[in-house]
Amino acid sequence: MPIDWSDYPCDGLYDELLAAAGTARPFAAGLAADLARMGVDNLVARQEAAGVAIKEMGITFTVYSEEGGAIDRAWPFDIIPRIVPESEWRRVEAGLKQRVQALNLFIDDLYHDQKVVKDGVFPADVLDKSVNFRPQCIGVKPPLGAWAHVCGSDLVRDADGTLYVLEDNLRVPSGVSYMLENRLVTKRVFPELFEDYHPLPVDDYPSELFDTLAALSPRPGDYPEVVVLTPGIYNSAYFEHAYLAQQMGCELVEGRDLFVGEDDCVYMRTVDGPSRVDVIYRRIDDLYLDPEAFLPDSTLGVPGLLRAWKSGNVALANAPGAGVADDKVVYAFVPDIIRYYLGEAPTIANVPTYRCMDPEALAYVLEHLAELVVKPANESGGYGMLVGPASTKAERKAFAALVKADPRNYIAQPTLRLSTVPTLVGRRVEPRHVDLRPFILSADRQRVTTGGLTRVALRKGSLVVNSSQGGGSKDTWIVPDQGQGS
Amino acid sequence: MLSRVAETMYWLGRQVERAENAARVVAVNANLLLDLPKGIAPGWRPLVDITGANALFEEHYKDYDECHVVRFLLGEERNPGAVLSALAGARENCRTIRDIVPREGWEQINELYLYARDGLPKGLTKGGRHAYLSRVILGCQTISGLLSGTLLHDQGYDFIRLGRHLERADMTTRIVDVRSASLLPAETTELRPYATIQWVSVLRSMSAYQMYRRSEQVRVQRGPVLRFLFKSSAFPRAVNHCCERMRASLERLPRNEAALRVAGRLSRKLLGTEVQRLTQTELHRFVDELQLDIGDLHDEIARTWFPPRFGEGV
Repeated sequence: MPIDWSDYPCDGLYDELLAAAGTARPFAAGLAADLARMGVDNLVARQEAAGVAIKEMGITFTVYSEEGGAIDRAWPFDIIPRIVPESEWRRVEAGLKQRVQALNLFIDDLYHDQKVVKDGVFPADVLDKSVNFRPQCIGVKPPLGAWAHVCGSDLVRDADGTLYVLEDNLRVPSGVSYMLENRLVTKRVFPELFEDYHPLPVDDYPSELFDTLAALSPRPGDYPEVVVLTPGIYNSAYFEHAYLAQQMGCELVEGRDLFVGEDDCVYMRTVDGPSRVDVIYRRIDDLYLDPEAFLPDSTLGVPGLLRAWKSGNVALANAPGAGVADDKVVYAFVPDIIRYYLGEAPTIANVPTYRCMDPEALAYVLEHLAELVVKPANESGGYGMLVGPASTKAERKAFAALVKADPRNYIAQPTLRLSTVPTLVGRRVEPRHVDLRPFILSADRQRVTTGGLTRVALRKGSLVVNSSQGGGSKDTWIVPDQGQGS
Repeated sequence: MLSRVAETMYWLGRQVERAENAARVVAVNANLLLDLPKGIAPGWRPLVDITGANALFEEHYKDYDECHVVRFLLGEERNPGAVLSALAGARENCRTIRDIVPREGWEQINELYLYARDGLPKGLTKGGRHAYLSRVILGCQTISGLLSGTLLHDQGYDFIRLGRHLERADMTTRIVDVRSASLLPAETTELRPYATIQWVSVLRSMSAYQMYRRSEQVRVQRGPVLRFLFKSSAFPRAVNHCCERMRASLERLPRNEAALRVAGRLSRKLLGTEVQRLTQTELHRFVDELQLDIGDLHDEIARTWFPPRFGEGV
């Protein structure tokens, strides 16, 4: 049975592939026609083939349950790719570089002169209340002045087609391995589409990441010893840690594999005895990194690591304290931060954001709770959030009290109608909401992934793209605007 | 190579080998019982004796009937020597070193584990057992071959080899011990016609029958079989062969003096004993000593190369 796009229910939505029911966007016309021709049975068969491939390749993520402990689940994946034309992507890429460059200057400034505060651009009391500001890092000069070496920024598109940055993840952002694996799976199940289209390759990320990390080595000249530090096999992103180490040809280490010597250098325990480490791509949160400097009972970290870093004997990526800039209240200031440090207008917009610390904004937010999404500053994964349109009156009342008690801790944004991409649901192709997480690398130079990880909310109408809550993902194709196949 | 990774690879080698051995032992026993008259058939208990897990078995099962023993050796998750537990352990270990093991190796281990888990109900039926066990044995061999053919033959591979040969040497001594000493306490006249069948089954459980015929060129009987299984340098499941392979791996590792000493002691004991002349009591004592030496060798390997304060990985 061929697919009939004129039945595709995308009224009132912005769909990434279709301009309207029955009408594909120009850059997706070939794909829409190919899919229509293939028909549903063929698509279902390929979706099943993808499921088998994912199981065989062992692409998993870990979820926790009360009774079963950590469970390894196959990665949910939808085979219909999301397409972004290259011309649009180049603009986004430039905007992301601009944004992360400004954020790095901002972080460096906060740990040194705090000019941005003195010049009245960023309020001192926001900084005072930041839970991710690390006083231990004041005055430290990390290599190349870079703090956030790996940033994952979430992009969303509203119903009118505008692309926004929804948040920046500057601590230990994950997902890039799934971006790479999604492409491999798509190549396995849709080889003929790659003959017609030529999506730009994504697979140079591991070497780009290695180059970024190697540039931070305190012993330039030598071949640097770069390691990936993981909390261990039960971390939800463990698959990715192992994957990246493998792809970069680096050791994957746990805290117990490392120790800091009397010379304040970091060593790993090897079969041949201790061996010096130059760069640590750490996938452990700040507070667990070093029990001497942060949480004393952490067993994941390495005692003395912060001391070794401050002495310049080892590089940490991301640098401790970089998370100060991914607080949701700081987010609201990013456009100002870009203008302040770079003297440029932001290329990609922020989602319009009300800072509740501002009395006028607070009054507006309290009046319009039913239409807004209200978020606390330092929670991630959707915790502690109020989604106005989905809330009850009692919830709004309780939330209003929370916001009034601590306005600095809250921001509010209009509820976006995220764009959609055709997704195979059972035996039908239906629109499902998506976001996009590209990764930005910063050291001696900046690099951005080609596209990123498209996450999709598999439940009808849902805006939650998180994999632990019924989210899946799609391959993301950046396709040249000229010379597409049929 | 990280000490922790060395340990993981060692256990990976052991667990794949362990799964294969457990499957072999069950397959051959099933075959053997078909050939022996009911009255003298030893039943299924010796299989649990081989693994030395009688206490654990008796904790969970009333008697040593076929159904219980087979379940215990194939799918009992509380039994670390069961096929499924060994494969689960191998998979878990492989998962923690996915940056080292080539992707195909991981895929193969993952797939074999999923097969062993999902196919278990079928494997527990008399009709489905043969296919299940053959697939597991073949899968383990595939993994060993794949690792040998794709993994860097560096220190890590030596740890896999150490684990594999240590486990194999241990298992060969156990199989011989149980099959010769406790199964047929004495070669009485009444049992003589079946003794050959028993020794053939011992050989078969190690895929050794054909190799024995080629290498020894005498009919199957106790003395030459014991000599072959303990002292052959050419047969890959013979204890001596395993010791030689372990020594070769140890030679390539740094700081290997202490471990080489223990391995040397093991080899000397093996080669210095005329195993075909031992009475069954003496043979049993000899096997006990070998197993203690094998245990010492494991301890020395762990002390030298594995991380401090770390328990054995199941």
